[in-house]
Amino acid sequence: MTATGSPTDWVTDYDIFDPDFVRDPYPTMSAIRESNCPVAHSDRWGGSWMPTRYDDVVAAAQEYDIFTSRNIIVVPPPTGQVEGPYAGVAAPPITSDPPEHHWHRRTILPTFAPQAVAKYEDGTRALCNRLIDNFIDTGQADAAADYAQQIPVRVIAAMLGVPLEMADEFTSWVRGVLEIGLTDPKVRLESRMKILGFFRGQLDDRKANPREDDLITELLNTQIDGQRVSEDYVMGVCNLMLVAGIDTTWSAIGSSLWHLAQHPEHRRQLREQPEIWPTALEELLRAYSPVTMARIVDRDTEFQGCPMHAGDRVLMSFPAANRDPRQFEKPDEVILDREKNRHVAFGSGIHRCAGSNLARLELRIALQTWLERIPDFDLVDPTAVTWAGGQVRGPRRCVVRFGNA
Amino acid sequence: MRVTVDPGKCHGHQMCAIAAPAVFGSDDYGNAVVLTDPVPDEQHAAARRAEANCPERAITIEEDAQA
Repeated sequence: MTATGSPTDWVTDYDIFDPDFVRDPYPTMSAIRESNCPVAHSDRWGGSWMPTRYDDVVAAAQEYDIFTSRNIIVVPPPTGQVEGPYAGVAAPPITSDPPEHHWHRRTILPTFAPQAVAKYEDGTRALCNRLIDNFIDTGQADAAADYAQQIPVRVIAAMLGVPLEMADEFTSWVRGVLEIGLTDPKVRLESRMKILGFFRGQLDDRKANPREDDLITELLNTQIDGQRVSEDYVMGVCNLMLVAGIDTTWSAIGSSLWHLAQHPEHRRQLREQPEIWPTALEELLRAYSPVTMARIVDRDTEFQGCPMHAGDRVLMSFPAANRDPRQFEKPDEVILDREKNRHVAFGSGIHRCAGSNLARLELRIALQTWLERIPDFDLVDPTAVTWAGGQVRGPRRCVVRFGNA
Repeated sequence: MRVTVDPGKCHGHQMCAIAAPAVFGSDDYGNAVVLTDPVPDEQHAAARRAEANCPERAITIEEDAQA
């Protein structure tokens, strides 16, 4: 049975899509974490468990053998959904388990190593400057929709060698999977089919006209043990890069700007002590971690006293883990020069976000470019900021004013 | 000071290289490599910070014996 209305007992009946929770999940996460039942359970949205303590989330992430990645979306797809020719396309390596996970991941890791993503720095900075050019004279902008949302989609499109003019379509497809589609299976399936249909065409194009220095061409030519990888695998990697690389980074950029809009002392600190940028970025990632992943329990097991059954869903709340006072001093405070920060915004263990170095680069350049051009800004109406949540949390409308407007 | 990274634990978060870029770097796959071992005196604080920021607890620091 699924409850309706706002939960009254979050430990036994949480709702990750409850509007108040989406707007500010941290007090609820803290209440669950400090209760005598820090691994919460809910029957809502297909049922799931939700560990909230850092050590428990990390332990589950490390136990990939029990907590598998057969499905990583926080709400299960409806049974009997028909995907036709794309039924075999997943999103490797995020949806892979060992042993295949090893080569699925090793094939793409060099593309995302720090030294490999450095080549996107200049292009990303130019992109950020162009976006700011569009609105700087008006004295007002939507930091989420006019800026944050516009950046990662173009970086990923450039990486994949797909048309930049399709940025708005890509964004709407990804929101269809990760945002609107989370609670609307029809939209999720339609969006998935659009993404895969698009990449099917891109693969056919590269097979007919291979390109130099082109990621999709290189993926198609990849050999593992003398065998060319399957096209389903290449489609899956493209699918992952689009779906995982856009909403997530855009949410981190948006949340950080939302924070900075309300904290002039932090803007000043970054201006006066630029050497703290590296720790500041990690701190913003910790405090506003966007991503919650799911795992599927492989076999009946007991986890922290909870009887979990094969097939149960476990929500990996990295945002809750990153606010655990057992791991972080003053966890609800943003301390830009925090010295000790073992945050897990990018996960933990074998599924550590493969794109983390690219995400960091985008976050750094987006924030630095913004603060250089717009050193002072504030929210026009804090109550008018809207958020998306569930799987990926970040502001979707966040209007700020600056200059003399 | 000696410093080592356990390759079985490191999953390439790169937080060591952020905290101590003169001590830690990245291999072709983005996993941590030690750039300088032993660690020169002026990098000791950074190396300790790297250890304190590794989410996988993959870094071990061996402090010099007190003279």
